[in-house]
Amino acid sequence: MIVETPSGRADILDKAKTVAVVGASDNPARASYFVLRYLKMHGYAVFAVNPNLERVDGQKSYPDLTALVKERGIPDVVDVFRRPEALPGLVEEAIACGVKTLWLQYGVVNAAAIQRADSAGLTVVADRCMKVEHARFGRALSSQGFDSGIISSRRRPVET
Amino acid sequence: MDSDRRFGFRTRALHAGTPPNAASGATTPPVELSTGFVFDSIAQAKELFSLRAYGNMYTRISNPTVAAFEEKIANLEGGLGAVATASGQAAQMVAILSLAQSGDHLVASSNIYGGTVTQLNVSLRRLGIETTFVTGGTPAAMAAAVRPNTKAMFVETIGNPSVTVADLGGLAEAAHAAGLPLIVDNTFATPYLCRPIEHGADIVLHSATKYLCGHGTVVAGVLIESGKFGWGRGKHPLLSEPSPSYHHVRFSDAFSEYAFLTRARAEVMRDLGACLSPMNAWLLVQGVETLAVRMEAHVRNAMQIAQFLEAHEGATAVSYPGLASSPQRDLAARYLPLGAGGIVTFRVVGGRSAAERFIDALELWSHVANMGDAKSLVLHPASTSHSQLNDEELAAAGITPDMIRLSVGLEDVEDLTWDLEQGLGAAKAA
Repeated sequence: MIVETPSGRADILDKAKTVAVVGASDNPARASYFVLRYLKMHGYAVFAVNPNLERVDGQKSYPDLTALVKERGIPDVVDVFRRPEALPGLVEEAIACGVKTLWLQYGVVNAAAIQRADSAGLTVVADRCMKVEHARFGRALSSQGFDSGIISSRRRPVET
Repeated sequence: MDSDRRFGFRTRALHAGTPPNAASGATTPPVELSTGFVFDSIAQAKELFSLRAYGNMYTRISNPTVAAFEEKIANLEGGLGAVATASGQAAQMVAILSLAQSGDHLVASSNIYGGTVTQLNVSLRRLGIETTFVTGGTPAAMAAAVRPNTKAMFVETIGNPSVTVADLGGLAEAAHAAGLPLIVDNTFATPYLCRPIEHGADIVLHSATKYLCGHGTVVAGVLIESGKFGWGRGKHPLLSEPSPSYHHVRFSDAFSEYAFLTRARAEVMRDLGACLSPMNAWLLVQGVETLAVRMEAHVRNAMQIAQFLEAHEGATAVSYPGLASSPQRDLAARYLPLGAGGIVTFRVVGGRSAAERFIDALELWSHVANMGDAKSLVLHPASTSHSQLNDEELAAAGITPDMIRLSVGLEDVEDLTWDLEQGLGAAKAA
């Protein structure tokens, strides 16, 4: 299923407890580092996947998804920071590992690969940032003047 | 959890950015007059100061009441987000300094507010940012003025005070073909009448002092960005090169579509310090709630005033883009289908002295250097808002010594025409 609604994204973020960040960086100036740190700060168990690094943010970095799943089980969400060309191979690996949900960050768009993941029964979010979407529904995004798109007269707790 | 419905403009004007207060359930946001905000821990403070977490640190950078206004207006303009400022001039300054620095160049239409001309032509030129002003501001003429160091194009949706309508679609195309963002000051139109981002604009500015506030109470500004312009392509090194003021982060890399707004807030607003007071933001939230109903009434009255003046022998060169006789009518039909705003200009028969007698004789129209108030306002641009412009600049901005600018308010229109009638009588009498 390709998730294209705000409620669909909110549901994924609500239910997930573990996240694998594929293409994680240890460079504090990179978006993947920002997202990894943010997700950790907000209570997710986060695992880094990058074959070129031993450690990311002080924790072990796994060489690939297969190695991660073998050691830690299937993460609830696989968050992808890779070039679009790398996506078909990664999707096959994710299917083989039994991954249920793929979250593709900004620009990680490859129509054929997304189609393949969808057909194989995976839930896919494409061209969205996990940090931004988490902040949208927790209203932290609103705190910095960004439009959350949320219209509601029901009181909800603020998560920061 | 959240509804996927696409809500209408009026609904969003009332509800966007202002859900019930999480702590109290209050339906109107509290005025959070607090300079600082406590950190949960050293670890959280570090994440905030390195921009890895969202949250409030200090009201010069962000504040919950200011953010309520920012989100509301960003939503109405169809933008990614907004940064509110102490005035419209400050919004312009923050927008420009977020993408240009000494040695850079801008292309602006000449049909713009006199205060903007002086900001660009005097203050920003002194800082090393040069501007070419293009008479008429057509897409082709603007494109012809682009240089290798040009960083943006700048226009007003409805020019002040010439009330010319910018060809936003054509300008966006011309700007994008040159790798540039289009900056549009949408103060005169408001997002109810025109949403420049829908026509391809990248950055929208407002003097929120005007229709957004709606009641002539606060001075404020806001900038909105679409999130659709690619800032990482090398044309704007301020966004794509490592920033020495944030541990060498490349904004376009670390924040993707959020790059411009993040830099505008976290670096430029932080350093210029032209932040909006939470009290003023609260008043703006109240104003924007009724934007649609007010703009409908402004437009209705403005059209009747324009038609009244067109039929009056004491007035000439009546300019309102909604008039059938207006050379702007095609552009107005395309970009302002719900109405051409609340500003009408005309020339008083009898020259500058007749124009001065006209203003001095009015009883109901307030003689004020403001526009977009609920009350009707009148101004003589040549001796006030545009008095710093030389004759050549005045002509390029479409201003003559006998020109009057009306900001048509929400009074009974018969009372407004009564006052204009007696004012024009006084103008003729001497």
